[in-house]
Amino acid sequence: MKFQGLAAGAAAAFTLLSTSSAFAVTEISWWHAMTGANNEVVEQLSKEFNESQGDYKIVPVFKGTYPETLNAGIAAFRAKQPPAIMQVFDVGTGVMMAAEGAVKPVAEILSMGGGTFDKSQYLPGIVAYYSKPDGTMLSFPYNSSSPILYYNKDIFEKAGLDVNNPPKTWPEVWEAARKIKTSGAASCGYTSTWLTWIHLENFASWNDLQYATHENGLADTNVELKFNSPIFVKHFQEIADLAKDGVFRYGGRTSEAKQIFLAGECGIFTESSGGLGDIVKSGMNYGIGQLPYEPDAKGAPQNTTPGGASLWVFGGKSDEEYKGVAEFFKFLSKTDIQARLHQVSGYLPVTLAAYEETKKSGFYDKNPGRETPILQMMGKAPTENSKGVRLVNLPQVRDIQNEEFEKMLAGEQTAQQALDNAVQRGNAAIQQALGN
Amino acid sequence: MGRRQEDIGSGGSSLSPRVIFPNKILPYLLVAPQLAITAVFFYWPASQALYQSMLREDPFGLNSKFVWFDNFARVLADPNYLNSVRVTAVFSLATAFVAMAVALLLAVMADKVVRGRGIYRTLMIWPYAVAPAIAGMLWLFLFNPSIGSLAYMLRWLGINWDPLLNGPQAMVLVVAAAAWKQISYNFLFFVAGLQAIPRTLIEAAAIDGAGETKRFWTIVFPLLAPTTFFLLVINTTYAFFDTFGIIHAVTGGGPGKATETLVYKVYNDGFVNLILGDSAAQSVILMVIVIALTAFQFRFVERKVHYG
Repeated sequence: MKFQGLAAGAAAAFTLLSTSSAFAVTEISWWHAMTGANNEVVEQLSKEFNESQGDYKIVPVFKGTYPETLNAGIAAFRAKQPPAIMQVFDVGTGVMMAAEGAVKPVAEILSMGGGTFDKSQYLPGIVAYYSKPDGTMLSFPYNSSSPILYYNKDIFEKAGLDVNNPPKTWPEVWEAARKIKTSGAASCGYTSTWLTWIHLENFASWNDLQYATHENGLADTNVELKFNSPIFVKHFQEIADLAKDGVFRYGGRTSEAKQIFLAGECGIFTESSGGLGDIVKSGMNYGIGQLPYEPDAKGAPQNTTPGGASLWVFGGKSDEEYKGVAEFFKFLSKTDIQARLHQVSGYLPVTLAAYEETKKSGFYDKNPGRETPILQMMGKAPTENSKGVRLVNLPQVRDIQNEEFEKMLAGEQTAQQALDNAVQRGNAAIQQALGN
Repeated sequence: MGRRQEDIGSGGSSLSPRVIFPNKILPYLLVAPQLAITAVFFYWPASQALYQSMLREDPFGLNSKFVWFDNFARVLADPNYLNSVRVTAVFSLATAFVAMAVALLLAVMADKVVRGRGIYRTLMIWPYAVAPAIAGMLWLFLFNPSIGSLAYMLRWLGINWDPLLNGPQAMVLVVAAAAWKQISYNFLFFVAGLQAIPRTLIEAAAIDGAGETKRFWTIVFPLLAPTTFFLLVINTTYAFFDTFGIIHAVTGGGPGKATETLVYKVYNDGFVNLILGDSAAQSVILMVIVIALTAFQFRFVERKVHYG
């Protein structure tokens, strides 16, 4: 207690000192989870914004990993000292949305700054995910990505596969993967990061399948999971069979499988488009394809959904601060800033203008594959099944799914059992989280 | 710690003169800082945890409801909780046993070394300076199925090594990493304990014709009992509480829930799943378990300990 008092006193003194030196500048804190090169982008953007005007100052603060940042924000809110802006990963979206009294919708803030907020300027697939059922955009998309297929061209060549023609459907992937293994071109055919995000959430949207009721949770929080329908079971049983034969190699729950692909052990790999940087850096002779789809599904391929993170604004701040936040978001939406962010970092552009500009500059001709995740997301207008998945406790549900997948891949249960268990346990967890 | 040194040395300090303070208030003033620290860093958070464990609220604390013991009832009825009790028992026993057995063996061996004894001991103590998360990463790299050098050797030996999917193998890996980290500490105390054993006893036994093994089990091991007991308490608490970093780095509680210990579940439910009430209830139960365990060890096991 004493320490807190001291710290608060010191902070107050510091604030007094700093405000007296830079008169009438409103400071806006931005908590984020970006490391390495992405952290540099955050610092650079803040610096450019602060230099572009004299009324507001963005102060970026690194808070650790995505979950750590979310926790720090929640703890700060409970202590009544939240930051103005907080970066929250896609999975935490449902958590933030459930806290209606704690956050201020971005749409409201952007129109507060004097201008009107035109949603049609933003990429529809991304905006839909970060909006309330009535269409109000709640958070500002900062870094978005989508899963795509990568393949090792050297391994393809050794296995006698067509180097310029990556598999387009899952059956084609399985066939190519088996060929890679049996021909001895590599010790494993296929691996994937994020089974939950790629093989359940995006598998559902890309093939226009229901993941959960109420538009996968976007229309209402009281949802029932539905991802144990026959087409999901068939898909996971195929993966389990490949795992048994050593054709599919499991890497871990998040992005660990990237190591396996980078080490040249597997020929085909599905991963976020944001993972491209490491693959380029490794110097591998790689190729990019669209995320494979299931030919038995009627609407496939539909569209993929965004991963990544968005910026949330906490409630209870002064109007002055909100105006500053609005200015900053407008700055981030500028076409040249967005285009640069997209080209440097590999994130998807948030505005359509930035996408057009990048296209016009010939960037995609020089960097084939960089347009793939955008085309996947924009190809068709999203359906009820393809706006993404939003649950009040998606991190917990993903944990449950991972546990059941691991038991399945270890041969302890079938795909049917794994998905049935995951649905049943997930539903119970959702009901508990809703307080029912 | 002060007391431990005496235990390991020779039989306590009952002969030291009793100090009497003439001032009535001074002693209280002298203990006050310690009491204040205990109050702020133990009683206050513990009472907060107790209060939180009877609440049901959303992560942001916007709605909360006092539910008495509902959270405890739900936690105790959860098969996953019972699973993590079992995992913790296996993990703690294995870690404490391996860490102590290996340390004792090394200490006895190092005691025999004549030349370069100091170097041996220093090398043995080094791993203790490694942070748990780093120790975890180290083991993770060595045994990573795709890039680990030791994993490669295991596969070469014909063992199907895959701790990412094989529960028992994952358990072996975390136990090895956790025990490895604690061996140095145990080693240090065993060496000190061995030095306190009078040479004459061992020599007398040798003259009577007792072999090395016999001498160890009938003389050395019983005389080490105070050290062994102390280390048992320390190692159990270590395995319960201080191994979070290792498990977090190596397996993250997986595969399935094969290495999810009680502490890891508290973290996971509280900080990943954001179910604060359940998490608080679990930490209260954990606190009770450890208090009970330590009390038990002092009440029953210590009776059998012979303080030379």
